[in-house]
Amino acid sequence: MPLSAYLGLAALVFAIGLFGVLTRRNAVGILLGIELMLNAVNINLVAFSRFRADLAGLIFTLFTIAITVAEVAVGLAIVIVIFRVRRTIEADHLDLLRG
Amino acid sequence: MTAEIVGFWVAAVVLVGASLAVVLTPNLFHAVLWLAASLVATGVVFLLLDSPFLFAVQLLLYAGGVVTIVVFAIMLTEQLVGESIRQTSRFVFNGAVLAAAVFVGIASFLFHAPAVARSAVSGDQLRELGRALVGPFAAPLQLLGVLLVIALLGALYFARTED
Repeated sequence: MPLSAYLGLAALVFAIGLFGVLTRRNAVGILLGIELMLNAVNINLVAFSRFRADLAGLIFTLFTIAITVAEVAVGLAIVIVIFRVRRTIEADHLDLLRG
Repeated sequence: MTAEIVGFWVAAVVLVGASLAVVLTPNLFHAVLWLAASLVATGVVFLLLDSPFLFAVQLLLYAGGVVTIVVFAIMLTEQLVGESIRQTSRFVFNGAVLAAAVFVGIASFLFHAPAVARSAVSGDQLRELGRALVGPFAAPLQLLGVLLVIALLGALYFARTED
């Protein structure tokens, strides 16, 4: 398969993830959309690394995966705290900072 | 070569289908299970790109770790499992238009891009990866360890009880 096939697949998954981030009502759903978008970026990095014979793409992917796991852990901890305090995790209701 | 083409299309169909299910399923718990399927399909794409090590990392960290954490979070915020709160999406039309625009924008770049030949696999990739991680990328690796400790402490801080 040519490089553009992998990049096109990644672009499609990225767009689907963006759709999820924009349309989901609750915070966990938004986090799932962000996961999909980061996943698409990983496909791009590995594809470029493979076609350009450059190891840096693989290492960037390893770093991205590790950082994503940390991001999910902290993000879900925040979601749980918000749920404890406000009894909701609907993004539209979390408007404490609105002036 | 044929095996790669068949594998690519199977992985692509599973990946896109599971991703659509993640963003469209009303029940959030089902969405997490679809996310696991889409993460495994991504791992298969890594396998097609001759990166079996990243396939293993993807299964262990993403499909194993992230999905488990999200399932725990959904169980702790227990109202989500049932149909007790609204799970329907908002701004579906606007979101679809914007996502389609982003996809068309990226795809139009892909059409103009010159074709790149796939380079041959040279030597032991895993060995070179290990050497690079303790060589030129040693400092980022250490920073990553610090980041993971900070994330662990931060999650503990948020999740602690008040007393």
